[in-house]
Amino acid sequence: MESRAINSSRYKKTYQPPPPVLAPGHNYATVGDKISDIVLSSKINPAWVLGLAIASAFALLLLITISYLLLKGVGIWGINIPISWGFAIVNFVWWIGIGHAGTLISAILLLFHQQWRTSINRFAEAMTLFAVICAGLFPLLHTGRPWLAYWLLPYPNSMDMWPQFRSPLVWDVFAVSTYLTVSLIFWYVGLIPDLATMRDRAKNRLAKITYGVMSMGWRGSAVHWYRYETAYLLLAGLATPLVVSVHTVVSFDFAVSVIPGWHTTIFPPYFVAGAIYSGFAMVLTLVIPIRAFYGLHDLITERHMHNMAKVMLATGLIVAYGYAMEVFFAWYSANPYEGFMMINRQFGPYAFFYWMLILCNILIPQLLWSSRIRRNMLLLFVISIIINLGMWLERFIIVITSLHRDYLPSSWDMFYPTFWDWATFFGTIGLFMTLMLIFIRVLPMISIFEVKTLIPGKRQH
Amino acid sequence: MKNHNGSTKTMDLKRIRERLANKKGPDYWRSLEEVAETEEFLDYVKHEFPAGADTWADPVGRRRFLQIMGASIAFGGMTACVRQPEERVVPYVQAPEETIPGKPLFFATAMPLSGYAQGLLVESHEGRPTKIEGNPKHPASLGAVSAIGQASVLNLYDPDRLPAVKNASRLRSWAAFRAELSSAIDQHRANQGRGLRFLSGTVTSPTLAAQIDAVLARFPEARWHQFEPVHSDSAYQAAQLAFGEPVNCYYDLSQADVIFSLDADFLFHGPAALRYTKDFSARRRIENTGNAMNRLYMVESSPTVTGTMADHREVLRASEVESIARQLAAELGIGTSGASLSNGNGGWLAEAARDLQANAGRAMVIPGDFQSPLVHLLAHAMNQVLQAPGNTVFYTDAVEARPESHLESLQSLVEDIQNGQVQTLVILGGNPVFDAPADFQFDRILDRVDLRVHLTPQENETSFLCQWVIPESHFLESWSDARAYDGTVSIVQPLIEPLYASRSAHQLLAAVLGQSDQSDYAIVRNHWEQEFSGADFDSFWRRSLHDGFLEGSALPHRNLAVNVQAVVGQSASQTSGGGIEVMFRPDPSIYDGRFANNGWLQELPKVLTKLAWDNAALLAPATAEELGVRNGDILELKQGESSIEVATWVQPGHPVGSITLHFGYGRRIVGRVGQNTGFNVYPLRSSSQFWIANNVEVRKTGSRHPLASTQHHYSMEGRHLVRHASLEEFQTNPDLIHQMGHEFPDELDLYPDFEYSGYAWGMAVDLNACIGCNACIVACQAENNIPVVGKDQVIVGREMHWIRVDRYYSGSPDHPQVFHQPVMCQHCEKAPCEPVCPVAATVHSSEGLNDMVYNRCVGTRYCSNNCPYKVRRFNYFLYSDWNTESLKLQRNPDVTVRSRGVMEKCTYCVQRINGARIQSKLEDRKIRDGEIKTACQQTCPADAIVFGNINDPDSRVSQLKRSQRNYGILTELNTKPRTTYLARLSNPNPAFATE
Amino acid sequence: MAQLFHRSANALAKVSIVVAVFLIGGLSWASYALYHSNYANRVDEVREQPVPFSHKHHVSGLGIDCRYCHNSVERSPSAGFPETHTCMTCHSRVWTDAPILEPVRESYRTGEPLRWIRVHDLPDFAYFNHSIHVKKGIGCTTCHGQIDEMPLVRQVNTLYMEWCLDCHRNPARYVRPRSEVFSTTWQPPANQLELGAKLVEEYDIQSLTSCSTCHR
Repeated sequence: MESRAINSSRYKKTYQPPPPVLAPGHNYATVGDKISDIVLSSKINPAWVLGLAIASAFALLLLITISYLLLKGVGIWGINIPISWGFAIVNFVWWIGIGHAGTLISAILLLFHQQWRTSINRFAEAMTLFAVICAGLFPLLHTGRPWLAYWLLPYPNSMDMWPQFRSPLVWDVFAVSTYLTVSLIFWYVGLIPDLATMRDRAKNRLAKITYGVMSMGWRGSAVHWYRYETAYLLLAGLATPLVVSVHTVVSFDFAVSVIPGWHTTIFPPYFVAGAIYSGFAMVLTLVIPIRAFYGLHDLITERHMHNMAKVMLATGLIVAYGYAMEVFFAWYSANPYEGFMMINRQFGPYAFFYWMLILCNILIPQLLWSSRIRRNMLLLFVISIIINLGMWLERFIIVITSLHRDYLPSSWDMFYPTFWDWATFFGTIGLFMTLMLIFIRVLPMISIFEVKTLIPGKRQH
Repeated sequence: MKNHNGSTKTMDLKRIRERLANKKGPDYWRSLEEVAETEEFLDYVKHEFPAGADTWADPVGRRRFLQIMGASIAFGGMTACVRQPEERVVPYVQAPEETIPGKPLFFATAMPLSGYAQGLLVESHEGRPTKIEGNPKHPASLGAVSAIGQASVLNLYDPDRLPAVKNASRLRSWAAFRAELSSAIDQHRANQGRGLRFLSGTVTSPTLAAQIDAVLARFPEARWHQFEPVHSDSAYQAAQLAFGEPVNCYYDLSQADVIFSLDADFLFHGPAALRYTKDFSARRRIENTGNAMNRLYMVESSPTVTGTMADHREVLRASEVESIARQLAAELGIGTSGASLSNGNGGWLAEAARDLQANAGRAMVIPGDFQSPLVHLLAHAMNQVLQAPGNTVFYTDAVEARPESHLESLQSLVEDIQNGQVQTLVILGGNPVFDAPADFQFDRILDRVDLRVHLTPQENETSFLCQWVIPESHFLESWSDARAYDGTVSIVQPLIEPLYASRSAHQLLAAVLGQSDQSDYAIVRNHWEQEFSGADFDSFWRRSLHDGFLEGSALPHRNLAVNVQAVVGQSASQTSGGGIEVMFRPDPSIYDGRFANNGWLQELPKVLTKLAWDNAALLAPATAEELGVRNGDILELKQGESSIEVATWVQPGHPVGSITLHFGYGRRIVGRVGQNTGFNVYPLRSSSQFWIANNVEVRKTGSRHPLASTQHHYSMEGRHLVRHASLEEFQTNPDLIHQMGHEFPDELDLYPDFEYSGYAWGMAVDLNACIGCNACIVACQAENNIPVVGKDQVIVGREMHWIRVDRYYSGSPDHPQVFHQPVMCQHCEKAPCEPVCPVAATVHSSEGLNDMVYNRCVGTRYCSNNCPYKVRRFNYFLYSDWNTESLKLQRNPDVTVRSRGVMEKCTYCVQRINGARIQSKLEDRKIRDGEIKTACQQTCPADAIVFGNINDPDSRVSQLKRSQRNYGILTELNTKPRTTYLARLSNPNPAFATE
Repeated sequence: MAQLFHRSANALAKVSIVVAVFLIGGLSWASYALYHSNYANRVDEVREQPVPFSHKHHVSGLGIDCRYCHNSVERSPSAGFPETHTCMTCHSRVWTDAPILEPVRESYRTGEPLRWIRVHDLPDFAYFNHSIHVKKGIGCTTCHGQIDEMPLVRQVNTLYMEWCLDCHRNPARYVRPRSEVFSTTWQPPANQLELGAKLVEEYDIQSLTSCSTCHR
């Protein structure tokens, strides 16, 4: 389609052809080497080690926190009555949101034949996986008796008891676990051809064998390729609805309740948009430094950055619409409780965080309209981080400000996070980064064979 | 406080030296340790505290950490694993009569508080008294119990009780004590008892009185003193002046149409409070627009429970009440009004007087216990003018066995001690070292007495300075008797053998009299056998034990004329000096400090401030502004030498320019619970300024103190939670209450309603009767094994009470109208909590209860989020005490003791419902209306709570729910609550423009 | 390039898939089986008691009525355990010096109670009431089995919640005439279902399955 654009004279003056998704001058070999060397080159980069050290330190903090949590109870957090959901749920929603980019990029963009996805999908999928793992921790840990959490699953038991299928939390169990499974399979299937490549390129025997086992005897025969493409396409089809369903279900946790600020119909779409928003922000946050660090500018080109920035801008605007709708509903419903809730959000004790949220999620991202800023990696990086922060604040505002002043003024109270609240939050970030760093070290972070398909002269999808 | 500390420091050293002198080696070391201990004791016990305020805050050592980690993981495994641990069954060798294993028994007894009896029925499970209820037959109870009464069962099982006789910090035998005592007594027998003194609280017990007489007969030179930090000397002095004898005076509020209270908190304070509340609320319970309602005028110097119920409330500094009384008296034609007031209340006072006169014979004036004798005198005179005596006010002989002014009584003792005239001092109960007027310096002079004996349930500041400390038996484990406010003699009957080697006052006196050891049962029974004139003592005795009191033992009414001249002659005794004025009042929860170690009372949110675990300096918003202080700022209050520090609490409706201090806090030698709670204000309280201190210097220190309040918002934010109107408005428009809120249109309801073939339980709470006295909260706590969580947890907002009494203000902060609203689980027909629980741990029962199943709960807390009433409580930590043995004895075996990580809430006392259902089936009948009383309903002195079957149109609760005043809160959410409220009405005098 | 894996690896891979499936299935089955095993629910497990009291001997042998020892069964949640004095009413005359009865006599002498081991042990959060079940025509043997044939008492039912619900949901299958409640010989007749239905009607038996019926 680029070709068409270029030929049309109308655009000649104004329209700059977008940069290619793969820098010129690459052939199969160079691509293969460039990616696989990152993994196979025996020398370990000290900067990577340092990064892993810091990340795993936080992961360790998470471990300690979890132990202390099991030992003492959820009381180590700042939660109380009425605010009996705190950081745990905030983080859960935040991580799940981040976990959306991967599937979106790999599945939906694949179905839409967006070639530019190929060099970032692997990476995004991995990120998704790890984010969902972090997210999955919270629903479990935030319960008062985690060792009984399996009661949420329907299974034959001596109590003749079923879970309460009307409860959104039960829906969550299914939504999240399905999403995790599908993402995992999707990611792994996508990996197989590259694992084979790694197997063939690996020097030492152990690596050969490991990759060998993992690649399940892939030989790249026509049959293999045929089956592979069918399976991959099917999985993509399967994964696509999940992108929408997961966060919709998560939003039900709130929308189904009676609490002012939760009980609203705008939640599903605006949660999904928010999820993609934060997902892409996180991809950028990770890609930009890694790209610079491993010099992958040819493979992950400006084109990718552009597109991702645009997606963020679009989803960001949907989110903004969501916020606007919340305010509108509060006024239009003429429901005194809703009205008070909105006033309290904007001018109550947590007002600062509300306006911070507006700043981070709505105002600052407007900079992305300018292509100059979209080209400026540093700015893009900063903005993506700001958006991550903003999306976390969004969940904080939704969970805390709605609960802390609901119906009976007599029960109103404040929420103050404790050290352990922060420890759990940063702990999961540590876990996430640890997994991420290990991933880029042991697996090809960019899909080798798919990038090869981009090499000029090769057939298009 | 500083001074106080200092003084005791020096005193400690003196004690060491003293011991060095007369102790041998090992003993002397122990003494040192003992003294050292008193400080470390504080932190050491903190870790012992069951629901330890901060046991989780402590850093866990690595090894211990891993240990417990393992344990908790194992625990996690265990719940999945299935084998039950082996359990033993231990049958009786020979079962006591009447006991049916698994079924509770009820016994009538009485709780003496400051001498006066509160009639009780106590529930006993296999011989363990577990729950206190009111004795419906007892005149002072009529089935009600105060919060303190409810909590008193916890004192019985207090793990910090003194286990045995203690001498010089080591446990000794009772025999050893008797030996030492008799040697002292022998001397006194020689000298007619010169130098032998006794100090006790108020005595009403006829048996004890007889023993006292015997002692004084044996030792003519001996003296008996009485002192209570909460005793109305004014009433005594006024009676002496007005009638020439110590007359007892009480009121019949059921007959009163117009009541004028001169700073009297008669609904909450005093031996008759429960009865007064019963009678008062009976006159507020407007079934339909028809019946009449009484009217209460209140002049108060500090916000009180009674004041919140007043139809007209005037706020004044305590010292100004007297002149108001004079003015009112003048309006009623007695004497001439005294000094004019700081704020001109002339107008409304005249109206009030007219109202009183118009209702002569059905009106009364009630003087405050903490007011001057003159106020009491004037009240007597006014009541006479209003033809109250014989109609609404009654006079009898003194109920107290030895009526006297406690201040003078203690003063004479102190003087004699100072003059070295006291060799032996026997202190029965009490804690004078802590609560005697500061200027008596009781702590300093006490060791001038050679032999000091203290009978006390628990070691305290006084026993610390006595050589011999005798553990006192709890009233649930010893025999005695006491009189109620009207003189009715109540028998104090034990339900359990003494848990420790404790003795009762009767036994101690018997020992003083040199009698051989005998049971207090024998002593009490013998006394009444002698008193008894009738034919068959045994049946009389048995009936008395069964009823809990001696029939017809109330003192006869007397017709007395007030010497009005004596009244008019009186000159003003109180002058409202300038500067800040400080009022001393007993703490609404822990009284004078004797209940400082009671966790239930400590955690009980105080009636108006909603503070737990602390007392504070209550002051008006205006005063706070003037001083530039906010809640939690520590003030220094200074007068002459003595000064104290106490945290600020801004109390709407408090008179400007004065501060209320609740005494009883700041105990230093006290059990694990009372440690480090509140501020000791006694050092500021002198004999000359016992209830009011003038010209107190107040200074902001700059330091702060965290205060734990359970409610932070006082405004209803324009939501119709407590619906209220004046009687007039209500009568002109009976539908007014319903018009105040929106109902959810049924046609919008998606789901069909539940069908109830059998019972359908419901509750109605009359906000016009509820006085917010907190009794229901403690009753619920006792009945349902609700844990104490400690101050830190209350601050975080994790108190566990299933029922709370919400308090809202409306109007100006200087003069607000106050509303109480008890809120427990509303048992919604369409409960928002039910569909959101992922494991179906909270579900609808076939009788419409909202069941909470602890053992199914995994603790997602979603139900609590989705509860619009926020009545659910969560065990964020392991709050229940699973370790302290003595506390386990108190638990109600019919209610699960909750573990960590589960949600809990009000169940409508489902254990009582099930009990009644089964009983009715065993008897082949239906459950009778009123057969099931929830714990809160049973104890409520105002009968504000009614529970029953709403499927039965004739049941009491159904009738109330048909009332025009009936409404539900937040019904617009389609919760269809089973608990509804009856709107609050006020009955202002139409003659004045309502404020 | 040298062959990395032996050709058998292919077979191995295929097998491993099958194995995995069976492994997961097997494990879940095993845990379920364990939970319903007699080891877990202690059915048929005979406990060592301080005195080897034989219901067989006392009930079917001597024909002593259940209520002679469990005397509060009709009035109280707890059926009641016999006091030492109850034992001694007979054993002060018969078997007066049988060594196995020494603990009983000792308890009688010293006033120290006997400490039996509880066989039918419900969790503390489940509240069972004997009196009402007896009243509504649930026989002793329905839950406790043929106690009259047990030398030492053992559990015959799991006492799991599913077991309670089985009856609470449809009592008709188990109720018997009140006259037969304490009979150890009564067997459900052929027409139990219609008889049961009739009794449920007659005794006004509600099948209470609300949580708060047993949990509070």
